[in-house]
Amino acid sequence: MKYINIDKKNWASGLENLYGNYRLFGPVKNNKHHVLKELGKGELPDLNYINTLLSPKSIVFPQSETMFEYSLDESKEDHHILKEINKDYSPRALIGIRPCDAASFLLVKRNFDTPEYKDPYWLSAYEATICIGLACSNPCSTCFCTSAGCGPFHEDGLDLLLVDEGENFIAKILTPRGENFIKSAGWKTEADHMAAKKTIKNMKMKAEEKIASFVSTDQLKNKSTIDLYGAPFWEKIAFACINCGTCTYGCPTCWCFDIQDEVSKSSGIRMRNWDSCMYPLFTLHGTGYNPRNTKVQRVRQRFMHKLKYYVDKYGDGIQCVGCGRCIRLCPVNIDIRRVCDIMNNYDSRSRLET
Amino acid sequence: MQNPYLPYPVRIDEIITETEDKNLKTFKLVFLNPDDEEKFSYMPGQFAELSVAGMGEIPIGIASSPTEKGFLKFTVNKVGLVTTCLHSMKAGDIIGVRGPLGRHIWDTLKGKNVVIIGGGFAFTTLRSSIIYMLDPLNRMNFKEIHVIYGARSPGMLLYRDELAEWETRDDINMHITVDGTDDPDWKYNVGFVPTITEQKAPPGNSDTYALICGPPIMIKFTQPVLDKLGYTHNHIIMSLEMRMKCGIGICGRCNIGKKYVCKDGPIFTLAELDNMPKEY
Repeated sequence: MKYINIDKKNWASGLENLYGNYRLFGPVKNNKHHVLKELGKGELPDLNYINTLLSPKSIVFPQSETMFEYSLDESKEDHHILKEINKDYSPRALIGIRPCDAASFLLVKRNFDTPEYKDPYWLSAYEATICIGLACSNPCSTCFCTSAGCGPFHEDGLDLLLVDEGENFIAKILTPRGENFIKSAGWKTEADHMAAKKTIKNMKMKAEEKIASFVSTDQLKNKSTIDLYGAPFWEKIAFACINCGTCTYGCPTCWCFDIQDEVSKSSGIRMRNWDSCMYPLFTLHGTGYNPRNTKVQRVRQRFMHKLKYYVDKYGDGIQCVGCGRCIRLCPVNIDIRRVCDIMNNYDSRSRLET
Repeated sequence: MQNPYLPYPVRIDEIITETEDKNLKTFKLVFLNPDDEEKFSYMPGQFAELSVAGMGEIPIGIASSPTEKGFLKFTVNKVGLVTTCLHSMKAGDIIGVRGPLGRHIWDTLKGKNVVIIGGGFAFTTLRSSIIYMLDPLNRMNFKEIHVIYGARSPGMLLYRDELAEWETRDDINMHITVDGTDDPDWKYNVGFVPTITEQKAPPGNSDTYALICGPPIMIKFTQPVLDKLGYTHNHIIMSLEMRMKCGIGICGRCNIGKKYVCKDGPIFTLAELDNMPKEY
């Protein structure tokens, strides 16, 4: 594993060198919040931040995305036939992505990359994306990454991990793509291997110690789906929910989408848009029947999906990386950490006894 | 990378109005590119997304059988935006078909007695199954075939010419019924599907499978009858409906527990459903 020392004085010039080889994306302060945006020439990411308001999932999975186009003009030979469109899948770099968000791509990939079907839009965009992580030395109070299979210095899903040492970054190269990125930027100063390793180890330990909240997930897979589904606590959990869907929009691991046609004059597109299990329309049948007609059913769906169905389907932990966005953004303070613990500790037998 | 969202273009070859309320039409579709027909290799019980440019897509069970070559058939109830648009279309119009989607269970049914129980307009994939089993190359792969099919009135039965033809055959036991009729010439059963099932269906055993498709109320009252007749839950096979978009288990809306109705279904045994949340 190679470590490169990037003097912050060379940071801007390195990014300048990268511009043109990659589309660069990074956090930028927008009024109150940091948002992820494509950086113009000479524009620098603001790495003095906790995390972006919304997750970076839109880089790979845009909130609205055109899938096909067609003509409705019957004088054209191929009218009413859907056509694939050319999309920009040139290399793009996500600079300063937090390790939890990078890990979320790997969770979501399971949904879009299956043995039977490959989602060409998500996969092409993901393959074009290189993740330049920024280790978290000052996690916030809602972060619970270390108990969600992740961590402030977690490396899975990253091509490069940047560790901020004040005057400089230590860049840990994790993949050949990360190495190419470093080369392309022209950052060449190799850091002393042992020293860099030790520094990162110490900083990682300190950062992990700062994570103050946790979830327990160890019992989830042993619980019966039917028991959890029928548990009495859902009414209480959902009581304050206003079904705004903010949790699903902010979440890096929520992947549900809708498909819609849109027509202007004689040409049209088929597009997909983020959708949310919080909305009644998500499951409304043509007949008017709705299997998830009440908000309690919809809230239960969201938590059961993340904390039970996903756990059972893939056998590799919860569908959550502990970024804490849903907790920070929820207008009525519904807290996934609490829900997770309630589910993990639920005992259907003790319920009968009481 | 093959794009699983891209429909095959098809031409509407023929539109048949099936029922007296004119709310059900069968669309006979022909692939614009003959190669696509081979790629669309399907089995009865599967469905497809019908795509109308400018309107959207709808998941519809395939009513034709793979033994019928050169076309696909879909019987569509007029309900929402896309189906209403489809109902206003004419022969020659271009739409799209995406699929086949969902699983089928024909390996399980081979060598068995098959009891088909259908109600209302859910008879479409059951028609596909009957045509498939009655094909001279397939008939010997199944033992007795029973069909209990009911509709509100004689005019609401789908595929009436075919029903009449099957009635005359000796390799399939037809039990057609209507809820009620004032037609003095009606020569079949009168009564709800659960009642006729109780009277006509063979008893359940390890060699007999029941395939049920119909409105929830029919399923609700037929299930106790099948229990009484001795059908075990892994010998009762049902097809579920859900709002769907992608049809390939990705967009996230049609789940029951960890199963997606579009990809892991739409066919489930009752034994499987017993272990899933009752969220359908």
